Amino acid sequence: MMLNDEDLGAILLTLKLASLVTAILLLVGTPIAWWLAHSGSRWKGIVGALVALPLVLPPAVLGFYLLVLMGPHGAVGQITKALGLGTLPFTFGGLVVASVIYSLPFVVQPLQNAFEAIGTRPLEVAATLRASPLDTFFTVVMPLARPGFLTASILGFAHTIGEFGVVLMVGGNIPDKTRVISMQIFNHVETGEYAQAHWLSAGMLVFSFAVLLLLYTLTPNPWRKR
Amino acid sequence: MKTFLPLLCAISVVLMTKVSVAEDVQVAVAANFTKPMEKIAADFEKATGNKVVASFGATGKFVEQIKNGAPFQVLISADQKSPIKLEKEELAVVGTRYTYAIGKLVLWSATPGFVDDKGAVLKTSDFQHISIADPKVAPYGKAAMKVMTKMGVIDALTPKIVQGDSIAQAKAFVGSGNAELGFVALSQVIKDGKIGEGSGWIVSPDLYSPLYQDVVLLKTGENSEAARALVEYLRTEPAQAIIKSYGYELPKWATTDAKE
Repeated sequence: MMLNDEDLGAILLTLKLASLVTAILLLVGTPIAWWLAHSGSRWKGIVGALVALPLVLPPAVLGFYLLVLMGPHGAVGQITKALGLGTLPFTFGGLVVASVIYSLPFVVQPLQNAFEAIGTRPLEVAATLRASPLDTFFTVVMPLARPGFLTASILGFAHTIGEFGVVLMVGGNIPDKTRVISMQIFNHVETGEYAQAHWLSAGMLVFSFAVLLLLYTLTPNPWRKR
Repeated sequence: MKTFLPLLCAISVVLMTKVSVAEDVQVAVAANFTKPMEKIAADFEKATGNKVVASFGATGKFVEQIKNGAPFQVLISADQKSPIKLEKEELAVVGTRYTYAIGKLVLWSATPGFVDDKGAVLKTSDFQHISIADPKVAPYGKAAMKVMTKMGVIDALTPKIVQGDSIAQAKAFVGSGNAELGFVALSQVIKDGKIGEGSGWIVSPDLYSPLYQDVVLLKTGENSEAARALVEYLRTEPAQAIIKSYGYELPKWATTDAKE
């Protein structure tokens, strides 16, 4: 037995979700990481802790708050409703928001490490050569921080693929909208369809190993500060 | 310390004898039966001294767990099919199964006045999400699908269906307002004999097959006196009174030969 249409739908949906979330996280995470790497503000500790929170917070807690906040009676829900977007739980958009929060530290922290490793010296040199800060960022920092960006993208993508607890709380298990791979594996196991659970699980196993292999091959010490 | 030693010995002897008398009963309970079970378990503990360790969830999930060696001694199911299936697979003790309640399905909304008493709201487009329990594992979810099919609204509603992993989550989705309405068990929303909060329609019984709910002793509990006692306890007068108070219909035998 091979994968059925629902399984394929779950795989496509998961890839779509992870790609979109990774793109958003690189856009949002880069300025945060830059600020965390270079700011001397006393808020730095608080922001750093907030960013790292999803690392230690149980997904059920995050899922619960999102369900309440994004629901029709929650603050976020009120805003999205006023904007004519409806409420976010049970929608693909809701999963994107949840995943962005959930995977934030996996993108911000490698970037922050990369930016800190570069230090201020190259920036000062670039400044003496009359490069604008933006110019410096794109022509000096980005190339130097390339391994950091790579690590951040891979970890953000992989972590979003593996998400389960939050989706279980706010997803509603809708085919092609919120039923991601991990959810589909859960469904198969709960209904005794082990053959299909095996196919999907083995796929995830191979994928996860390949991702880490890629990570370790491209960047010798992804967890260490450069 | 020396003076305490005899005392400690005495205490441990007392504790050990107590343990050997009172037993824990591991029981898998269909999520719709959560509230009545909590009351029944408390009464059972008082009456027998045995402790009930209950897990609540979708019946279909329990069947899979039991097949894989879950340590449940009793299954309090939301259907008849699952216990029969377990009997056939020799995972349940033949001859212990009986119907303890007949469940009722409700179309419910947390908003007062949202659901009318004929379920006509299902034919409108006044809502974005309708919550049901996963029909693959939850008998109430299956019944909900049947109702929508019979009313001829299933095609229009399919894109709006969200699934909870049991009837408990299906109700939570409605309770938090994230789904405007959903199919839940009457026992979840009943208060003093009628629907407590929001608005609801007790679905007409001819729209779905009756939800006969059976209890069965599992093989794991075959030699446990306490497990046998719990299975029997569900058909005693006090337990049946609690079950009735949560809106369930009682099986026919109950009116004639409820055991004290």
